[in-house]
Amino acid sequence: MQQIHLSAIDYAILGVYFAFVLGIGWALRRFVKSSEDFFLSGRSIPAWIAGLAFISANLGAQEVIGMGASGAKYGMMTSHFYWLGAIPAMVFVGIFMMPFYYGSRARSVPEYLKLRFDEKTRGFNAITFAVMTVFSSGISMYALAKLLELILGWSFHTSVILSAAIVLAYIFLGGLTSAIYNEVLQFFLIVMGFLPLVLLGLKDVGGWDGLTAKLSTVATNAGYAPGAWSSSWRHLDSASANPMGVEWFGLVMGLGFVLSFGYWCTDFLVVQRAMAADSMTAARRTPLLAAIPKMLFPALVILPGMIAIAMHGTGGGLLPVESDGTPNYNLAVPVMLGHYLPSGLLGLGLTALMASFMSGMAGNVTAFNAVWTYDIYQSHIRPGQSDQHYLRMGQVATVFGILLSVVAAYAATRFNNILDMLQLVFAFVNAPLFATFLLGMFWRRTTGHGAFYGLLIGTAAAAVHHGLVLPHGATPGLKGAFFGTVLHTYPSEMAQNFWTAIFAWSACFVATIAISLATRRNKSDDELKGLVYALTPRLTDHEIVWYKRPATLAVLVLGLTLVLNVIFW
Amino acid sequence: MKLDLRLPIGLMFTIFGVMLTLYGLASDPAIYARSLGININLWWGLVLLVFGLVMLGFALRAQRGPKSNDTHSTSTP
Repeated sequence: MQQIHLSAIDYAILGVYFAFVLGIGWALRRFVKSSEDFFLSGRSIPAWIAGLAFISANLGAQEVIGMGASGAKYGMMTSHFYWLGAIPAMVFVGIFMMPFYYGSRARSVPEYLKLRFDEKTRGFNAITFAVMTVFSSGISMYALAKLLELILGWSFHTSVILSAAIVLAYIFLGGLTSAIYNEVLQFFLIVMGFLPLVLLGLKDVGGWDGLTAKLSTVATNAGYAPGAWSSSWRHLDSASANPMGVEWFGLVMGLGFVLSFGYWCTDFLVVQRAMAADSMTAARRTPLLAAIPKMLFPALVILPGMIAIAMHGTGGGLLPVESDGTPNYNLAVPVMLGHYLPSGLLGLGLTALMASFMSGMAGNVTAFNAVWTYDIYQSHIRPGQSDQHYLRMGQVATVFGILLSVVAAYAATRFNNILDMLQLVFAFVNAPLFATFLLGMFWRRTTGHGAFYGLLIGTAAAAVHHGLVLPHGATPGLKGAFFGTVLHTYPSEMAQNFWTAIFAWSACFVATIAISLATRRNKSDDELKGLVYALTPRLTDHEIVWYKRPATLAVLVLGLTLVLNVIFW
Repeated sequence: MKLDLRLPIGLMFTIFGVMLTLYGLASDPAIYARSLGININLWWGLVLLVFGLVMLGFALRAQRGPKSNDTHSTSTP
């Protein structure tokens, strides 16, 4: 593709941003006195900041580039990753789960598992999570460096070293607070940097009406109904009627329930932001406040992809084309930046893009250093040391966490398959996790053995299902059917993933119940106080003004999401 | 709270706003062919400037005013 040329003003904007990122870390360094300051911001963050950091930590590379690519590839159905696959789970974690996470004073999600179940369940979750965060951060770095190499001609090494050094510096100095503050800064930058792109793009295609008209050409050319790219629910009766290749049940259960709740409710990367909030109410409001901008994000990240494919499919030839004739969807957003933004605003747009990569990286690194220090180092390697010792360990963990990410980024350039395989394994581990938490929090009879072996069985079920099925048109191997026989062929990879998650969750749910009933309880009712729903005193919100109560916010958020679903039905 | 976050946010967007507005005034109009003939640097620069100044205003008011009912005001821990 044609490279984008940057001028002095663009570099100046990038420079100002880097100065602020580092400056925030520097200004916050004197507030880091204990390990709790470093890993949990001393539990002092107001709800609005924690909320914006909550979504910004998730707003990594895969979101801005990936959702733009999906917008081009699948159209409006991509909104399901927000209105179905994020908002309901965010409301659930805020209303029902945060009382246990925050109320138990657990310092991490694995530590909650230790308090609720036992050491082995914690260990399993901590180790898989720590490995996963390092690789995610590495993949983020790899994707950024590859992208900058492609669109700007920057050297891969420069981008990796620069982004690693900046993220390292501000987390080392200010810990989680620094990461959270920078995530909020990045949030505003991403909004302000992408909004002009969306506005210009929409004006160019003739508004929403012009866009749907162009997208219907795209849809009919691909052999679908004219509205397939511009409606979210209408073409879900059968998997062959929509470009995503899924039907409504697989979508709602797989994405809307298992994958979404598994991510938003149990992933320490996001939950850590809420744990850093300054009170129980603030912790509960964190995901709810986050849900409001989250539900509007499709306009910012999916729409540019939809505009790009509309322009491409109606004679524009905007996107670079692969050798087999399909457009390169992953370049939808970068190409749009270069197409519409003049020098000046282009610098802002690219800065926003880099900010999104860095917030994803920083989120992973802060989650990694806390889990490493609390759940692996303190509980298995060196227990009983002074708090200062663990604070220093956290800083050291930040350094080697980032070094390992750099190694992972370079490994990705050589062994692409290894990273694909790792991501597959993580998907297997994550899919059943929500069943464990759901049973742990709402059924006091769940035992440590039940949770641990249930998780293992769920993970195995995911692997077995994946090993026996194949998405349409794929060859057996990493994509599925590695056992040699193909029991079922799914219309798309997406459908296969959703059903893998459904099987894993169900297996874990059933196995955990069965094993719990067969084993003796390892925690008494007294020990489970504050960890299980039935044994925790109900929270009363009567002293809070009604419009600030979590329940009010939850109803508002769900209502607005419903309205959005109906409008874009 | 340790450091009023609205301060760096406000400051950064004010600087971006000034940079883009000035660049929009000084730059060659030909570069705006790609942005549909709109001097987007000038207009968006002004938007950023207003956003930055509003954030700064909130931060400064919280710093100066009484801390009574403002939970976001700065204070040392």
